[in-house]
Amino acid sequence: MNTTLLFVQALNGLQFGILLFLVAAGLTLVFGVMDFINLAHGVQYMLGAYLGAFFAAMTGSFWLGLLLTLPAALGFGLLLEFLVFRHLYERDHLSQVLATFGVILFLNQGVKAVFGTAPMQMPMPDLLSGGVTVMDGLLYPTYRIAILAVGLATAGLLWFLVERTRVGMLVRAGASNAPMVSALGVDIRRLFMLVFGFGAMLAGFAGALAAPILSVEPGMGDNLLILAFVVIVIGGIGSVRGAFIAALLVGLVETLGRGLMPDLMRLFLDPSAARQTGAALASMLVYIVMAAILTFRPAGLFPARR
Amino acid sequence: MRWRDAAVPLAIFAALAVAPFIGFGQGYSLTLLSRGMIFGMAAISLSLLVGGGGLISLGHAAMLGVGAYAVVVLDHARITEAWMVVPIAVLAAAGFATLTGAIAIRTSGVHFIMITLAFGQMAFFTASSLSIYGGDDGYTLYGRTTLFGTRALEGRLFFHFTCLALLIGCWALVQALLNSRFGRVLQAARENETRTRAVGFEPYRYRLVAYAIAGAIGGLAGVLLANGTEFVAPSYLTWQRSGDLLFMVILGGVGGPHGALMGALAFILIEDWLAKLTEHWRLIFGPVLILCVFFLRGGIAGVLRRD
Repeated sequence: MNTTLLFVQALNGLQFGILLFLVAAGLTLVFGVMDFINLAHGVQYMLGAYLGAFFAAMTGSFWLGLLLTLPAALGFGLLLEFLVFRHLYERDHLSQVLATFGVILFLNQGVKAVFGTAPMQMPMPDLLSGGVTVMDGLLYPTYRIAILAVGLATAGLLWFLVERTRVGMLVRAGASNAPMVSALGVDIRRLFMLVFGFGAMLAGFAGALAAPILSVEPGMGDNLLILAFVVIVIGGIGSVRGAFIAALLVGLVETLGRGLMPDLMRLFLDPSAARQTGAALASMLVYIVMAAILTFRPAGLFPARR
Repeated sequence: MRWRDAAVPLAIFAALAVAPFIGFGQGYSLTLLSRGMIFGMAAISLSLLVGGGGLISLGHAAMLGVGAYAVVVLDHARITEAWMVVPIAVLAAAGFATLTGAIAIRTSGVHFIMITLAFGQMAFFTASSLSIYGGDDGYTLYGRTTLFGTRALEGRLFFHFTCLALLIGCWALVQALLNSRFGRVLQAARENETRTRAVGFEPYRYRLVAYAIAGAIGGLAGVLLANGTEFVAPSYLTWQRSGDLLFMVILGGVGGPHGALMGALAFILIEDWLAKLTEHWRLIFGPVLILCVFFLRGGIAGVLRRD
């Protein structure tokens, strides 16, 4: 493994981390503000990818597809909130886990019924389909750099919204003490709905962004969901800043682990055994990191609730 | 114990015992029933955690997986005698539960759900990377586990009654545990941890022992699952499978082990019925699950108890 390859892996890791952040940001807010476990957040990411691919195919333009995905994902999120989630805020975590698990079953099968089981493709826009020379002899895809840039911009926007606006202030107050905010005369239900819809939109946006570089298929949100949960648990529930740092950490650990572990293992084991144990260890690495962090900081790195 | 707590499970066991002789004796029905009983055992073990200890584990499928993969590892080494396989598999699952539980039980609430999920995922990825045992594709057993060197478990009826006997054993064990002093402490800690401590009990130890026992029963169910299908794959360990198990427990009701048993049987039968009805049965199953959470608060056991 040489430096160029390491650099590429690091970039891939960062880009994956950014996507994770877009999904985890909504999740951590919903979790922190409403104390609500939404397992269905992953299918909202999947839905975003499907909507993006569908709209792009319909309009023939990536940009229009991406643009149309946002209101559609928002609408879906609000619809789900109205039909299902709204009735679960008062219930215990177990009920929330189960009911949102039901939503996953329904939507995963739903996209299969509507779009078929074959993976869909979302075309990459011509403008971003080339590569950029980042260093000598290294051509990195423009689209991945664009994801990085857009993700960072979204993170900045989110930071501004949460830290510098009135709504953001209410969201932060809700994350540390929701009943108190409600007692002070804020319509907490409306705030919940807003946060929920916004989270769904972010997840859908991440899905549509990732669609051109991944295959769009049912169940694509499930594994990402688990990683997003790892992110918010490491980062501290309800903390957007924690989610950002943890998402980059998880993205890097996951990607670099997959690239480096087999090589690392080769120092101790013969090649075939090294490939196997390396791959197994790489898949487990983020969970080991999470278990380690929880052992020393049970509330995560940046807990919002004190 | 109220008479109804015993009457309902006894009626189920009696129905399962006579089922092969009243028209459910064909291969298909027996396979389905044994599947129901195996998941019944797994759900009963999970209900010890959820109902007894208030420990919501979203990684219980890993216990079944450890048990099933123990069968695979031994099968690969040509060890198939039940008196070797079963204790090793059960101990392996209990050991896995103790190791992961020791860390997971330090946390509570949402963090416990997440960390059990994380351990479940670790087990899943480990199973997927075991390429000598088929990796992602799974592993087909050379044959079922032998009993004293005989191939008795290959007999459909024998397997049916083996599952039933072990199911009754697990039910009785969990019921007895919940009624014992140990179970009382566990339930007290679920209700109010601070007071339990004040009376002089350390909840951590009780929870860990419960977690290990649940793991052991889950491992036993895994052995039967591997034998029932004669095939083991990482898909047995997915987190969706853990979600299914949790659904079984809630569908039946967390009031006691018989609730989990009813939930598991209902789950397997509904799943089978819907799957025959349409290829997209999950489109119906998902909303059914949501509606159960909304309206069936005490589970099936709760409905039966309502006078």
